[in-house]
Amino acid sequence: MTLIAAAQVSSEVVPARAQMATTLGFHIILACLGIALPTIVLLAEFIGIRRHDETAMRLARRWSVAMAVLVAVGAVTGTVLSFELGLLWPGLMRRYGAVLGLPFGIEGLFFFLEAIFTAIYLYGWRRLSGWTHFATGIPIALSGIFGAMSVVAVNSWMNQPGGFTERGGRITSVDPWQVFFNHAAPYEMPHMILAAYMVTGFLVAGVYAAGILRGRHDRYHYTGFALGFVPAAVLTPFQIFVGDTAARAIAQDQPVKFASMEYVARTSTHVPEWFGGVLSGGHIYGGLKIPDLDSLLVGFSPGTKVIGWDSVPAVDRPPVPWLIHLCFDVMVGLGTLLLLAGLWAAYAWWRHRRLPRQRLFWMAGAVSGLAAIVAMESGWVVTEVGRQPWVVYRLQTTAAASTTNGGVVTSLSIVIVLYALLGTATILILRMLSRRWRRSDLEEVAVPYGPQDRLVGQVGT
Amino acid sequence: MAAATVGAILLASVTLYAVLGGADFGGGLWDLLAGGDQRGRAPRQLIDESITPIWEANHVWLVFDLVIFWTAFPHAFASVMTVAALPLWLALAGIVLRGSGFAFRKEISRPGLERAAGATFAFSSLVTPFFMGTVIGAIATGAIPAQASQASVSAWTSPTSILIGFLFVSACGYLAAVYLTGEAARRSERSLQTYFARRAQVAALVAGALSLATLAELNRSNLVLYARLTGRALPLVVVAGVCGLAVLALLAAHRVMVARVIAALGVACVIWGWGVAQYPVLLPRTTVTLSNAGAPHATLVAVIVLAVLAVVLVVPSFGLLYTLQSRMLLRDGVVGPGIPSDKRGTNEMAPKKDGISHR
Repeated sequence: MTLIAAAQVSSEVVPARAQMATTLGFHIILACLGIALPTIVLLAEFIGIRRHDETAMRLARRWSVAMAVLVAVGAVTGTVLSFELGLLWPGLMRRYGAVLGLPFGIEGLFFFLEAIFTAIYLYGWRRLSGWTHFATGIPIALSGIFGAMSVVAVNSWMNQPGGFTERGGRITSVDPWQVFFNHAAPYEMPHMILAAYMVTGFLVAGVYAAGILRGRHDRYHYTGFALGFVPAAVLTPFQIFVGDTAARAIAQDQPVKFASMEYVARTSTHVPEWFGGVLSGGHIYGGLKIPDLDSLLVGFSPGTKVIGWDSVPAVDRPPVPWLIHLCFDVMVGLGTLLLLAGLWAAYAWWRHRRLPRQRLFWMAGAVSGLAAIVAMESGWVVTEVGRQPWVVYRLQTTAAASTTNGGVVTSLSIVIVLYALLGTATILILRMLSRRWRRSDLEEVAVPYGPQDRLVGQVGT
Repeated sequence: MAAATVGAILLASVTLYAVLGGADFGGGLWDLLAGGDQRGRAPRQLIDESITPIWEANHVWLVFDLVIFWTAFPHAFASVMTVAALPLWLALAGIVLRGSGFAFRKEISRPGLERAAGATFAFSSLVTPFFMGTVIGAIATGAIPAQASQASVSAWTSPTSILIGFLFVSACGYLAAVYLTGEAARRSERSLQTYFARRAQVAALVAGALSLATLAELNRSNLVLYARLTGRALPLVVVAGVCGLAVLALLAAHRVMVARVIAALGVACVIWGWGVAQYPVLLPRTTVTLSNAGAPHATLVAVIVLAVLAVVLVVPSFGLLYTLQSRMLLRDGVVGPGIPSDKRGTNEMAPKKDGISHR
């Protein structure tokens, strides 16, 4: 009987995880845009109003149309996740719903404010004037940040559960404050919010960098690029600092996850750092090994002891350490490249008061959004796969949380098809909008008394 | 006490989702039934303009309902999500298709694609309330066990559940038609007002008939609930019926603004009638009640605090949204230079869209 139950559990947990990964991996991109795009739109509108800058105003208006599409798609993919918490992980919700539900409830409040003020902002362009319209956008930007904090509160709680007592499988008391501000929250929250701003900023910049590469050297494109690139590039060093702090904290809080990230098989001192390399059958193929560096990074001295995955039995270790390690390296590597792109721009601005002229810079700018997405998704793989086999660290296994219903393979297949369509449609719509705007710009150029692009040539080539 | 309060909070937010979000689904129903491109243009445009700015905010009530349900009553939540997994997946598919149809339809300019997105939106507006209704039916008939580990098809395909599914669809259509009558009246669109008033009356009769049929069917499927609906919850049931009749009369008398409030009140009375009849049991035919469904006292208190915050923060914001919407300060297509104007052209019957300036 138990054997049958166990078999059922294990047959559904893999497709359930795959489905959660698919839907969450998709939604997280939209979530990033939902968190940070309002701020960038507001930045454009602020400059537009303050400096009577028609280009910035036009960008703000157009971006808000794209934002409407993205927010709507994000609202539905977010709803999918709410359903999936119950449909795929009833074991988790039955046991811990009363604990992890609270941050979700707070997120619900911010979701309300976000949806309401998004509607007012988007549909208020025409009738609400100037600063009044700008003001209706501020609650969107703030609730994006606080909503993200609430959702990440749940995830960090799963990594570092606390703030409750459990007796005989029942939750007997809860301290909401400690649940929300759990041990992992101080580093996970800023890490995710900064990631959202980087993804969004670099994505926006990438769109206009691609246009500039195609020879559209106008003020419109440079302004669009700068409004995305500057905030993202300015935040990148902070993100690297937060990430570095987070990694050190994880070495303490979730040593087995850290051991997988850094290929630490045995607890020891003088642990080397591996860049790349594929672990297979206890051997690391390829990769660059730097002696003592991991110990140095963890405790600022080569003699620092780093806990290896031998500290727990094999069943309590994450299944695919090579994936976790490589994803970690990809995240750190791409983050570093994005930092370099920002430094390049900063140097050019310092020396020449303009953005770099080199084609390589604009090629990097064009793919920076994609790079930020890959980095963010890799980081997500590290934290989620690295926590396995636990869904709630050291308290509940993912297998125990999973649904016992069959048919997850079916829903997974449908989800993959549906999300592929949804993703394609979203991208097509955004492209269509951009083509429509370009057409209307071209028509406008024919008008002799159009707005003067007096700053063209001041930035860029 | 805390558990009962949270139960009331959950029911209140379910009610808000029903009377606000439900009407948006109903809009999809009328979109579906509006006929060909030419004939259906004016009503479709009114539906589109009335729902588009607010559907997302209304939709958040669903997420809020789910969160309160799993936070305050996690054991019941897990059982419902397990047993009624199939209709919930189907309702969810409807939500995804409808939401994305909404997101894309406005921006699509090719008529073929626009029609496809519109059809997706309209069809999925039907699917979602129907399957949500069957899930409520499964709960009300006591088909959800306390310690469920397997999905069950029979739980949500009983005659009661299917009837409640259709009842949900008709109630959504009813609310939408009444609200849209009001929208048309505000825009002084006489022909559209008549158009939706007639549909509201038909929908009222259908929803009323389905309510009575459901009540009769409960006499067979859940006698305890039936007895309470005709016992302690009877005043609410009666008020619901009176509201329905009153709406019929008010629409006939062109008192459309009052009709909207009374229609929402009627639907709210049905929901609260169910809640009062079931109280304090959460899952009929089990021992799961509001107070023993898995959350400790502190969680329930936190949910109450959350509800207070919602009243303080969210309700005024909603007030602002609806005020701006009703004064028609929130208009579509408004994005100033660079966006071509609506290609659907002008129509004598259709509410005038704001012209879009080409600077």
